[in-house]
Amino acid sequence: MSAKKPSKRIGVFICHCGGNISSVIDVEKLAQAIGKLPGVALSTTYQYVCSAPGQDLIREKVKEHNLDAYIVAACSHTLHETTFRTLGKETGLNPYQVEIANIREQDSWVHDDPQKATSKAVRIIRSVIEKLRLNEDLLPIEVPVTKKVLIVGAGIAGIQAALDIANAGYKVTLLEKRASIGGHMAQISKTFPTLDCSQCIMTPRMVEVSHHKNIELLTYSEVEDVAGYVGNFKVKIKKNPIYIDPEKCTLCDKCVEVCPVEVDSEHDRGIKKRKAIYIPFPQAVPATYTLDVHSCLGLLPIACGECVKVCEPQAIDYDMEPQFIEDTFGAIIVSTGYELYPVLNLEEYGADQIPDVVDGMQFERLLYLDSSTGCGIKRPSDGKVPGEVVFVQCAGSRDPELHNAYCSRICCMYTSKQAMLYKSAFPEGKSYIFYIDIRSGGKGYEEFVQRAREEHDVTYLRGKVSKIFQEDGKVVVWGADTLTGEKVEIKADLVVLATTMVPSPGTKDLANKLKLNVDEHGFTQEAHPKLRPVESLSAGVFMAGCAQSPRDIPDTVSSASGAASKVMAMISGDVLEREPIIARVDEDICSGCKMCISVCPYDAREYNSDKNIVEVNSAKCEACGSCVVTCPSGATQQLNFADTQIKEMVRAILSDKESSE
Amino acid sequence: MSSSSRFEPKIVGFICKWCTSAAADLAGVSRLKYQPNVVSLRVMCSSRVDPEHILQAFKGGADGVLVGGCHPGDCHYQVGNYQTRKRIMMLLEILKDMGISPTRLRLEWISASEGAKFQDTMNEFINTIRELGPLGLKVK
Repeated sequence: MSAKKPSKRIGVFICHCGGNISSVIDVEKLAQAIGKLPGVALSTTYQYVCSAPGQDLIREKVKEHNLDAYIVAACSHTLHETTFRTLGKETGLNPYQVEIANIREQDSWVHDDPQKATSKAVRIIRSVIEKLRLNEDLLPIEVPVTKKVLIVGAGIAGIQAALDIANAGYKVTLLEKRASIGGHMAQISKTFPTLDCSQCIMTPRMVEVSHHKNIELLTYSEVEDVAGYVGNFKVKIKKNPIYIDPEKCTLCDKCVEVCPVEVDSEHDRGIKKRKAIYIPFPQAVPATYTLDVHSCLGLLPIACGECVKVCEPQAIDYDMEPQFIEDTFGAIIVSTGYELYPVLNLEEYGADQIPDVVDGMQFERLLYLDSSTGCGIKRPSDGKVPGEVVFVQCAGSRDPELHNAYCSRICCMYTSKQAMLYKSAFPEGKSYIFYIDIRSGGKGYEEFVQRAREEHDVTYLRGKVSKIFQEDGKVVVWGADTLTGEKVEIKADLVVLATTMVPSPGTKDLANKLKLNVDEHGFTQEAHPKLRPVESLSAGVFMAGCAQSPRDIPDTVSSASGAASKVMAMISGDVLEREPIIARVDEDICSGCKMCISVCPYDAREYNSDKNIVEVNSAKCEACGSCVVTCPSGATQQLNFADTQIKEMVRAILSDKESSE
Repeated sequence: MSSSSRFEPKIVGFICKWCTSAAADLAGVSRLKYQPNVVSLRVMCSSRVDPEHILQAFKGGADGVLVGGCHPGDCHYQVGNYQTRKRIMMLLEILKDMGISPTRLRLEWISASEGAKFQDTMNEFINTIRELGPLGLKVK
C-alpha cells in the first residue's frame, strides 16, 4: 500500500471564469461531487476566483475552515499559479500547499458536451487532490549570486550590453575572439535609414568600453570551459598570445613595413591585404599589433624574424604563451553575432570563382574605402569603377531546397542603401536590384526604399537570378522579371550578392559549453519567442544580437539592452531563488550505483565516496525527474512529484467513483 | 452504433510542462475541439514518466496511455526526451510480451506551438483506442 496519507484539510475553489468555464461545465454539480471526497473540507465556486473579491474569499475560507491546502480549479498554470501560491503564502500556508487544476484550456474550452466535460473536470480535480495530499512544504532554494557578468562577443550587441551593465555599477568581463572589438558594425560604411557613418557612431562606444572602470576587456580570447550554474558559473578563458607587449610597443609601424607575408584582411574582407603582423583597422580597440601565428612564416623555429630586428623597443616576444584565466560569473550573455553564408556554396552564382561577384560586406568595404579615401568604388578584378552594378537579394535565403529557408531580414534594406550610395558616388552608373519581395518593416524603412527608387533611380526587378557567369570582362546575370514575365540578361561590371546571415562559426561550440539550445539553423534558442526573447532556457544564460537570429542594428541594440536589464534584475539581489521541486535521495536506500549520474544533463548528481551514495546538488538540479525513473531502488524521488503521488493521480483519473453522474 | 452505446475509452495522458501541456493550453486558447477521453497529468519533463506509471495506468483501467514531450533537440532539459524515447521503446516490447497491443501506448512530440497537432493527436488516438475496444485489465 502507499504511504500513510497525512490528513490534510483541503479546500477546492472552482472558478466560473465568467462563463468561460461554467457555460460548459456544471460547476455546482462539480463542486458537489468534489465536496464528497475524503479530506475535502470545502468545495465551492466563485465567478472570478482571480479577482480581488475572489482572492478575499480564499483568505476568508482558509481561516474559516482551517484549511491546510487548497486547489484553484480554473485556467492554466502559466496564468495564475504564481498568483495563488503567493496568496497561499499570505494566508499562512506554504506556497507548495497550493495547486492549480486546469479545467479551462484543457477542458471547458475544448469540449462541447457539458456532461462529459463535467465528468472530465471531476477526474482532473480528483487527481490534483491526490497530488496535493502528499505535497510537502517546500522553501525556495537560495543560491548566492556573483555580481559579475561575462559577455561573449564584442560587436555592437556585446558592447551595448557591457556598457549598460557596467554603468549600473556591476563588473563585466567582455570577451572577444578577434584582435579588436567592434564586430561587423565596425566594417560597415553607412547605416540605413539615416546614412550615419557607422564608424562615427561605433568607435566612441568602443573607446568607452576600453576605458570603463567596470569593464575588463579580453580580446583574442575564447571560452575554454564552463562549469557551475546560474549565479556561479565557473569559466575558464583562454587568452591567445598576440606576441606583442603593448606596454613597450610605440606603434611605429616598422614591423608591418618589413613583414614579407600578405594575407587577406579580415576587416576588409579580402578587398585589401594585411601583413602577418597587423592592426586590424585604424580605430581598433585595443590599439595594438597582433602577430597572427597562422600566417607568420614561423615562430618555432623562427623562420623570418624580420619584425624583431626592426623593433627598437623590443616589444615583440615570440615566446609568449597562452594565458588561462579562471573566474566566476553570475550570468553570461551570448553575443557571438553572425557570419555571411559563403559565396562558395552558391554554385549558380559562380561559387566565389568570379572576382567581380562580391558579397554585401565586401561591397561595404568598397564603399567605405571610397568614402574615406575618395579613391572611387573600384571593382576587384581590374580596379575600374563599375558602370553597371547588379544587386541580388536573397542570395542563399528563402531557398529551402538548396540553401537556407529563412529570410535574412536586413538585406532588402542594406541593398537599397548600397545602391543609393553607389549612385551618389557615381551618378552616371546604372544599378539594378533583383528581389523576391521588399521587406521594409521598420521606422522610416519603407520611405528609405522609396527614396532609392524615386530619387536615386535604382531599378528594381522582381524575380530571382538563375545564373551568373563571366564573359568578355563582364559579369553576365540571367534572371527573370516576374512582373513583365520576361527574361532579363544584364551584362554588369560588378555583382553584389546579399548573402544570408548565418550564426558565427563559434556559436555552436559555445552553445555546447553553456548547454544552450540552438535552433535548426544554429541560432541560439530563446526561452519564449514572445515573452522571454532574451533569456535562454539555461538559467543565467542570456542572448543579444544576431547570435539569436538575423537582425539590424536597432534591433540588436534593443535586444542587448534587454538582455542587460534581465541580467541586472537577476544579479541585483544577494541570492537567487529557485524552484525547490528537485530530486531528493534517501541515503538509507541509495546503493551508490551511479546510474542517475549518467542521465543527469546538469551534473547535479554527485557521488559521495565516504557515504557511497549519490547526492543531489540542489543548486544544479533543474527538476526534470529523469534520475528518479532511472533509480533502480526508488531511493531518488522528486519533491512533490514522488512516485506515490503520480500513482495516486493515475488512480484518481481512472476511478469511476462519483464522476459526476 | 448509437452514440450512447459507443465505447468510450479511458486514456491517461502524461504531458510535459514545457511543450505538450503548453500545446494543450494553446489548443484551448484557439478553441480547437477534441474528444474528452484523455485526462492528463502534468509532469515537468516526459523523462519523469516511469514505465511503471504506465503499467499502473493499464492495470488501473486505462485503455490507452499517451506520453507527450518536446521534439528531439528541443527538450527543456536538453536530453530528457531521449531518455523517454528509450524507455518507451523498451516498454513497447514488454507490452507485446504481456499481450497488450503496443498501439495502446503512444509517444508523441508536440511542441508548445502545435495546438493543432495536439488536437489531431487526441482525436486520432482516441479513435484508434475506440477501434481496439476495452483493454479490460483492471485489477480490483
